[in-house]
Amino acid sequence: MGDEVVLLSIWPSMFGMRVQIALEEKGVKYEYKEEDLINKSALLLKMNPIHKKVPVLIHNGKPVCESSIAVQYIDEVWKDKFPLLPSDPYQRAQARFWADYIDKKIYDAGRKVWTTKGEDQEVGKKEFIDCLKVLEGALGDNPYFGGEEFGFVDVSLVPFYCWFYSYETCGNFSIEAECPKLIAWAKRCRERESVSKSLPDPQKIYDFVLQLKKRIGLE
Amino acid sequence: MAEQVKLFGVWASPFTRRIEIALKLKGVEYEFVEEDLVNKSDLLVKYNPIHKKVPVLLHNGNPICESVVIMEYIDETWKGAPILPRDPYERAMARFWAKFIDDKCVPAIWKACWSNDEEQENAIEEACELLKTLEAQLKGNKFFGGQTIGFVDIAANTIGFWLGILLEIVELELLTEEKFPKLCKWIDDYVNCSVIKENLPPRDKLLAYFRARQQPPTGSKD
Repeated sequence: MGDEVVLLSIWPSMFGMRVQIALEEKGVKYEYKEEDLINKSALLLKMNPIHKKVPVLIHNGKPVCESSIAVQYIDEVWKDKFPLLPSDPYQRAQARFWADYIDKKIYDAGRKVWTTKGEDQEVGKKEFIDCLKVLEGALGDNPYFGGEEFGFVDVSLVPFYCWFYSYETCGNFSIEAECPKLIAWAKRCRERESVSKSLPDPQKIYDFVLQLKKRIGLE
Repeated sequence: MAEQVKLFGVWASPFTRRIEIALKLKGVEYEFVEEDLVNKSDLLVKYNPIHKKVPVLLHNGNPICESVVIMEYIDETWKGAPILPRDPYERAMARFWAKFIDDKCVPAIWKACWSNDEEQENAIEEACELLKTLEAQLKGNKFFGGQTIGFVDIAANTIGFWLGILLEIVELELLTEEKFPKLCKWIDDYVNCSVIKENLPPRDKLLAYFRARQQPPTGSKD
């Protein structure tokens, strides 16, 4: 059976990276298409007419939008290899809860850190670190959020790791000093091929952030 | 084995009611604990330390938070009427539209109801566009779930019942049969569906509640 899998994304997108990691974990062959968000492709507009955003996973011509939804979809379709969600309903609910927390909190808090200055930035930094500390608490002494196994919550959070250098440099603080366990977790995840393949070099992300700041007039 | 199922919620909240609909669909017996969101109980803070919000489902002492997460948990834990479809693609679509309702439709509706004059016209236009997009998902079916109530229908309870009440309070004619023939038909079928009818708060009580507060309903959204 020939499966046609396409991923529309932009290389710095943590959300796109989630989908890539999931596909790599499952050993799914896919075609990656880099989008230009200033000149959105006809394909993107057709596949995500509602939000016009990336990432979009296209499976045999059918689009799945929203990264968390796409990762769950991948887990359910390619269910025989490396399950990302636990099998127990209560553990699944916990995983979905934390993925939802990450979606609601981390991106916006991180964004505040690199887009603001002065007092606003200090508020952003505090919010960001507070959220990471909550997640560190949830991790506990486990190697992964999934427990012994790499799973859904790890996939949801680890892409932010390549943005940490940018947050730290823009905000002049050290995430490792505040959340050492989380950094240890991130480095552990990065040893997985799916993660190292999908996360770009943090320096490249920082160069991208500087360019973006100039473009949106933040410099 | 004696199961213990408790639901911490607020009678006026659509998010709490979603859980009651889901539990009733599965025929699960539960104890309802009314929370006072101004004076949150120790139990609520214990079971939902992160968000301190309702609804919280407690199953044999284990708490589950966030209405959409709880709905999926209920579907996976108890047999009976399926809430989510079986097919992975259909499931992804159901999750997408439930998220669309929560992230886009509901905030747009609140904004349209409570904006000041200058912003209101734009806010109304935006809300209408989003509702039109949602309406199209009915695709000629009685419900978003097909012939029977499903995940998206439960998530759309805000639109199914609360919206009409709020529009009455702010005297806004947004949801007319002329503009939204299919959505209005869905609302009609929805509120008359037995599992929904039995799980709606009394309309006049809800009207009085929000009239007195004159602000967006909270419930899960603190």
